[in-house]
Amino acid sequence: MTAYVIRRMWQMIPTLAGVILLIFFLFNWVGGDPAQVLAGKISNPEQIANIRKQLGVDQPYWYQLWVFVQQVFTFDFGRSWSTNEEVSRILLTRVGPTLTIMVPVLLIETVLAVVFAIMVAYVRGSLTDRTIMVICTTAMSISFLVYIIFGQWLFGFILGWFPVQGWSESYWRNLTTYAPLPIMLAIFVGLAPQLRLYRSFFLEEINQDYVRTARAKGLPEKKVMMKHVLRNALIPILTNVGIYLPSVFVGSFLLEVFFSIPGLGREIVTAVNRSDFPVIKAVTVYLAMLTMIVNLLVDVMYKLVDPRVSFK
Amino acid sequence: MSAVLPNNAPPAMQESPGLWTLAWRRLLNDRVGMVCLAIVATYLAMMLASYAGIVARDWNKEKGVSYANPSFMAGAENLEAREVTNKDFGSKAKPVDLSDIDPLAPRYKEWEERAAKIAVTEVKRAETLPFGGDKWGRDVLEKAIKGSEVSIFVGLTAALFATLIGTVLGAMAGYWGGRVNDFLEWFYNIFTSIPYILLILAFAAVFKRGLDTIIVILALTGWTGIYRLVRAEYIKHCGREYVKAAQAIGASHLSRMFVHILPNASHVILVQLSQHVVSFIKAEVILSFLGLGVPVDMVSWGTMLAEAQNELVIGKWWQLFAAGASMAILVTAFSMLTDSLRDALDPKLK
Repeated sequence: MTAYVIRRMWQMIPTLAGVILLIFFLFNWVGGDPAQVLAGKISNPEQIANIRKQLGVDQPYWYQLWVFVQQVFTFDFGRSWSTNEEVSRILLTRVGPTLTIMVPVLLIETVLAVVFAIMVAYVRGSLTDRTIMVICTTAMSISFLVYIIFGQWLFGFILGWFPVQGWSESYWRNLTTYAPLPIMLAIFVGLAPQLRLYRSFFLEEINQDYVRTARAKGLPEKKVMMKHVLRNALIPILTNVGIYLPSVFVGSFLLEVFFSIPGLGREIVTAVNRSDFPVIKAVTVYLAMLTMIVNLLVDVMYKLVDPRVSFK
Repeated sequence: MSAVLPNNAPPAMQESPGLWTLAWRRLLNDRVGMVCLAIVATYLAMMLASYAGIVARDWNKEKGVSYANPSFMAGAENLEAREVTNKDFGSKAKPVDLSDIDPLAPRYKEWEERAAKIAVTEVKRAETLPFGGDKWGRDVLEKAIKGSEVSIFVGLTAALFATLIGTVLGAMAGYWGGRVNDFLEWFYNIFTSIPYILLILAFAAVFKRGLDTIIVILALTGWTGIYRLVRAEYIKHCGREYVKAAQAIGASHLSRMFVHILPNASHVILVQLSQHVVSFIKAEVILSFLGLGVPVDMVSWGTMLAEAQNELVIGKWWQLFAAGASMAILVTAFSMLTDSLRDALDPKLK
């Protein structure tokens, strides 16, 4: 087990190097001269040269790459180009609001999807099953934007159940006043595709021999579903949640933009609009690292839920 | 004694139907699939017609009053339009006389004469439009048609490019194996270790805005899934007898890769292509909404939704409905068509 984890960590190094190279290539080479962007329309060559010197883009590429690698490992990306705020501070202060929204979303959504999916899978082929599947397909094809625009208008503006947008300093006030509507909308949108997927996982298990055996030896239906089917279906479900997990940190950037939540997602969108490269670079590198670590954790967790899995 | 046969021709062979013929027959029997195909075909026809300028040519003309009501709601009050007209009247009210201190005053007369020479035709703005108007009185229905042209075009082209990249790389990795495979797997790992949305935004940050760049961005970030599936197909097929036979008769590597194996993997590719069109249309809408997609002089479903956000508050729901519904119908039809296509191409699955 330890050997497996160490080997996996070892394998991450070339991937991480690749991510650093890709981001460097994008922002230092494809991105063009940031001085032109930053200096704006009224600029003279001197000013541009000055800015170039300040940002270090007048250095040769190998040196810039070396600086970038240093930045990644010292967690010091300098300051934002547009607000002059320290990048590490931006990341740390923005992650809280994102998690306030996304952790409840992930938990509630997964539980609801699993519960509904097992119920739908149990009555597979019936009218209820088919109706729910048609509703899911239709619900999935409506754009997330439409849900947010309509939901914000209906619950925030017309019914007035929640504030239309906003955020405060207090965690509890955020969670009880500002977060419920975005959380609700995210769950509503995410439920349909997950329900469909998990239903197919359950169906795959329901037709297995061991389920028939369990029924044949006289186990009550509840036990068959809860102990046998659910446990086995949890493995692909776990994979799916694992894939989804890293994007929890980006949050639903659309929700953050609409509801003015000062989270990471909104920060990224703002940074893209302002060509604020240090912020985007930092977020991308660290989320890639996080993704790799989460993938490893998911693989280790397989072992815990499924004794058949062996670490090779 | 040699009995000459009157007819030398070999007996007419019963030609066995190929994969595509069989798949087409199965699809013909699938009623849902055919309905979806018809809907998708209608959208494509509309897109071509709009591109050729047959419909929605003057979507950018301001035909109606501001926020013109849809024709079926002709009686409803339109406060916004009245406000605009009131403002016009207000500006025509008598201005304060400043001629003694205004340095431009002596030239007013000359300018007025010049202005009078230019013929101004007062455009009669319609009170209602078939499906309502937007803030500038443009026809929402025409905007939706023009917008679908842009959105579908972006989705289709980006999906084609992504499929091309994924297929070529996947074929190389699966066919050659070894070092090539290792290198491409490394490349794949890099792209998949960055969350997809973030990858798109990172690409969007460095490219300029425009229709072609959004296609490039979606294609460069979206090839990974196809690559993985095509690679698996190639690994599976590489050792099969027919490929060995092709090698024995001297088929080159390229010919084995793309003439012999590719047709056998094409059903996977086709289904993937169709799936990617849907996800790219959705992605384009979101990017355009954020202002990272199509330029301002174009309309797409995403820019329509961006406008609709503020309109809904003043009760003008038709733009949101037009963009949302036209997109939802296409996406539903396209995804259900993809399912039918998969069933038709792979009868073992089900």
